[in-house]
Amino acid sequence: MSTQSLDPLKLAGAKPKGARPWFLESNDAERLMNITLVLVQELAVMRERLDTVERLLERDGKVSKAAIEAYRPARFEAEERGQWTQEYLARVFRILQQDAEAAENPNEPTSEDIAEEFARAD
Amino acid sequence: MTDNNAHMKSNMAPNYDGPPDYRVVGKHDVYPETTHDETARFNFLAQMNRHLSSKVMPGVSEAFETRVKPEFENENGRKFEDRHEVRKALLEDPMFQWWSAMRRATMETRQQAGRWVTLRQAVELNEKARALTEGDDRLKLDPDFQQPRSTDAIDHHCMPGSYHTELVPGDITGPANYDSGIFATTGGMLGRFNDGGGVAVAQWVRENLPDFQPKRILDIGCGLGHNVLPIAQAFPNAEVIGADAGAPMLRYGLARAKSLGVENVTFIQADVSNLDQFEDESFDWIQSTMFLHETTCKSMPQIFKETHRLLKPGGIVLHVEQPQYAEDMPLFEQAMRDWDAFYNSEPFWTKMHEVDLDAWMIEAGFEKDTLIHGGVAAVVDAEVFPEAGKDKEQEDYGRKAAWHVIGARKAAA
Repeated sequence: MSTQSLDPLKLAGAKPKGARPWFLESNDAERLMNITLVLVQELAVMRERLDTVERLLERDGKVSKAAIEAYRPARFEAEERGQWTQEYLARVFRILQQDAEAAENPNEPTSEDIAEEFARAD
Repeated sequence: MTDNNAHMKSNMAPNYDGPPDYRVVGKHDVYPETTHDETARFNFLAQMNRHLSSKVMPGVSEAFETRVKPEFENENGRKFEDRHEVRKALLEDPMFQWWSAMRRATMETRQQAGRWVTLRQAVELNEKARALTEGDDRLKLDPDFQQPRSTDAIDHHCMPGSYHTELVPGDITGPANYDSGIFATTGGMLGRFNDGGGVAVAQWVRENLPDFQPKRILDIGCGLGHNVLPIAQAFPNAEVIGADAGAPMLRYGLARAKSLGVENVTFIQADVSNLDQFEDESFDWIQSTMFLHETTCKSMPQIFKETHRLLKPGGIVLHVEQPQYAEDMPLFEQAMRDWDAFYNSEPFWTKMHEVDLDAWMIEAGFEKDTLIHGGVAAVVDAEVFPEAGKDKEQEDYGRKAAWHVIGARKAAA
């Protein structure tokens, strides 16, 4: 049996069978969102690696690739890392939080509306 | 793992509510190895799914109440009539569009993450599975097997190759991807070995049918066997058979079972709507767990008839699924639950959750007063994993690890 012919990089991102649904107003916006989401992911991966390096340095005073691979966070460390990711996601997707809050009050006036109101003398 | 950081416990994250670190997931001999960064990727994806369900989805609900519903009623002078009208109206709203686009993107990204992990070590994984299964008569594959339309028409939940594709002979990278990445999709809610559903079913049977002592058990649509192993462990003297259409799942399933020390399960390749190889009244218990939605309107009644034929008098059949779209379920919830049907390649999900399962069971031969209804939530090591049954904050429609049970006990002779 041979898997020499398998190209993991190509196959990992293969399209699943079935036409893809698109949701945003423009497909280009959705493509960019997909690319951005993966960048958000990769930055989180980098942050977790940096966190591991920091904790190893604090614990052992030195770091190696093998130590990074072998590292297992204690529960409270994992929770701190999880909490950081939740804060990070809240920052990244702030605009969607604000969209949701705006939906609660669909008739909210804009500053321009209020400017007109404040400019009236009567 | 180290405990020399005990002095830092005062820094414990206060009130952390979220998935555990991926490193707590249980490993076995055919479980793919993950590097630090691959692990971190699964950690991110678990958090991302949780963010979508607990932080973004409530905005969809808000937009529905304040925009989508009033606009529809203004324009049409009436209320929504069914879930499809609701879904089509939601598709025009930016909150639903963004939540959907991100949910789809997260699923595709999770597939890429898991496939990268498994495909880069395909040679080693496939060799391990070969060594564990070759010559073992508990793996019964059919080289002439034709995939039914239900497995072949589309790749379920954006999983390239779905449950049945072998990239090379003896391939198990598909199930290894499924097994190693489902943590990310469920945020760890299925427990250490992704078996919280099976553990819950075994416990449910013990509690509700204390005298039931099955000798022969059949799990239909067993996949890689994660939900049948807890049943086999709960009844170690029973002969357990897992049947599925996907050869890679069965191969991985046996290798995985053996490496976890579960020896009483045989994995057979079969179309479970036609199990001619088994005699009438030859099983005490037939189980399906999150499988019916992967069948079709044609095959599900045949499957129900087969379960009736195969059960011994007094035997039980149990199907574990997400809840049906009962009349008292709000149309918004029904539309949200339908998302996986239309946008995550689970095409039978929508019709399956609409039909009157009781009527279909009766049509298959079960008597009305023998029907069984219940509910189960994933049973996990709650010290480490989140408990779906107690999670009131997030409702990840269709994905929460809390299910309904529909079944029947065949009338005694």
